[in-house]
Amino acid sequence: MRLLTHNMLSSNIKGVTNGYPLRLEAEKWSVKEVDLNRDFLTNIFPRIEWKPLVESARSLGLSSLPDDADPSMLNSDDFLKGFHHALLEIHVEEGALICPETGRRFPINKGIPNMLLHEDEV
Amino acid sequence: MEHNIELESVSISMPSIRAGESKKRIMSKITSRGAQIHLVSRHPEVYEPCDDSFALADALLADRTNLLEHKPMLCLEIGCGSGYIITSLATMLGDETNTIQYFATDINPHAADATRKTSEAHGVHVEVVLTDIASSLGKRLSRMVDVVVVNPPYVPTPEEEVGCEGITASWAGGENGRSVIDRILPVVDELLSEKGWLYMVSLTANKPSQICRLMGERGYASRIVVQRSTEEESLHVIKFWREVDEAMKGHSRTATQTASDSWFSQFSRSTFWRKNN
Repeated sequence: MRLLTHNMLSSNIKGVTNGYPLRLEAEKWSVKEVDLNRDFLTNIFPRIEWKPLVESARSLGLSSLPDDADPSMLNSDDFLKGFHHALLEIHVEEGALICPETGRRFPINKGIPNMLLHEDEV
Repeated sequence: MEHNIELESVSISMPSIRAGESKKRIMSKITSRGAQIHLVSRHPEVYEPCDDSFALADALLADRTNLLEHKPMLCLEIGCGSGYIITSLATMLGDETNTIQYFATDINPHAADATRKTSEAHGVHVEVVLTDIASSLGKRLSRMVDVVVVNPPYVPTPEEEVGCEGITASWAGGENGRSVIDRILPVVDELLSEKGWLYMVSLTANKPSQICRLMGERGYASRIVVQRSTEEESLHVIKFWREVDEAMKGHSRTATQTASDSWFSQFSRSTFWRKNN
C-alpha cells in the first residue's frame, strides 16, 4: 500500500462521521524506486490531503516533507522529489490503519489494506 | 454498428510482425495487447479469466487509442478477481512513466491477493484494496477517477447468494443479475471525473438497454464496444461517459436511448446463462 492510497482511504463504519484520516501503524515497509513524473505530481497535488501525508511519512521516519505545502512549491525539484518519494515509492507491507473515531483496526497484509466491515458495522 | 464491427476486427486480428523486427519490439507489441494468461494468478476461490473477461479486455484493447488520448490519471477496477483486467489495462496503456495510477478493489481476500500477484508477474503496479465496491475510497476519490472497469457479478441468482464468501460473490447477481450492478452504478457516478469513462460487462438478462436509460438519466451517453453472442450467452461491454454539453444532453440522450434499444433487441431471445456452467 502506497501512501497515495492511505491518503484516499476512509473508515466507512456505519455511524462514523469522522473516519479520516486513518492513523497508519506500519510494521514492515519497503522502498521501490520509480521514475518521477512531474505532470502526475502536479495533477494529483491539489487532491492530496497534505497533513495526513506528512504524518504517515513521518511515522515511517521520513522527515523531508514540509509541514505545509502550496502549489508554488511544485517548482522546486527538492520538494517534488520528497513528494514523489513519500507518495509513490514507499510500500507499507504489514501493519494496520486505525479509524480515528472508533479505534477500529483495519489490517494491512502483504501490502493490501483490509477495509472490509463486519456485519454489525455496515 | 459499423463502428463496432470495425473495432471488433481490430481485437481479433493478430499484430503484424514483420521479419527482421527485434525480439524486444515483438514482445512489446504482444504485451501491449493485455495480460498474459499463463501469468495470471489462480486460486480455487477466485474467478478465472473467462469469456466475459476476454470480452472486456478486448473492449479496452479496441478502445486503446482513445484511452491513450484520454490521458487518464487514475484508473480503477471494481471487483478485480484474478487481476486479469486491470493488469491488461495497465500493460496496454503502460505505466513506466507513472502518469497513470491503477487501483483495484474486491471483497474476496483471495482475489485481492491474486490481483497483486498477477500485476507483479507483469511488472505493473496496482494498488489493491479489500473493500465492498469502493466504499472506503468513495469519499476521497470522488470525481477523481478517469477510467472505471467492471466485470460485475451479473448472473441471475436467488438474492441470498449475492455477496457470499469466496467465488460465489464473483458471479451471483440476484434478481435479473442486477443487485450488485445497481449498487455499483451510483458509486461509479460519484467516482468518475468530469471526463471519466466506465466500461462494464453485462448480460442480456441484465436488461442492458434499461441500464443505459438509467445511466442516461444520470447524464451519461453509452455505446457498445464489444458484443459476443453464442447459443449460451450474450455479452456486451458497454462504455459510458458524461455528456458534458448541457444543451446537447437532452438531444443525445434520446439518440442514445433509441440506439441502445435497437442494439439490444436482437439479443432478447437469448437464454439465461450461468457463469459457473
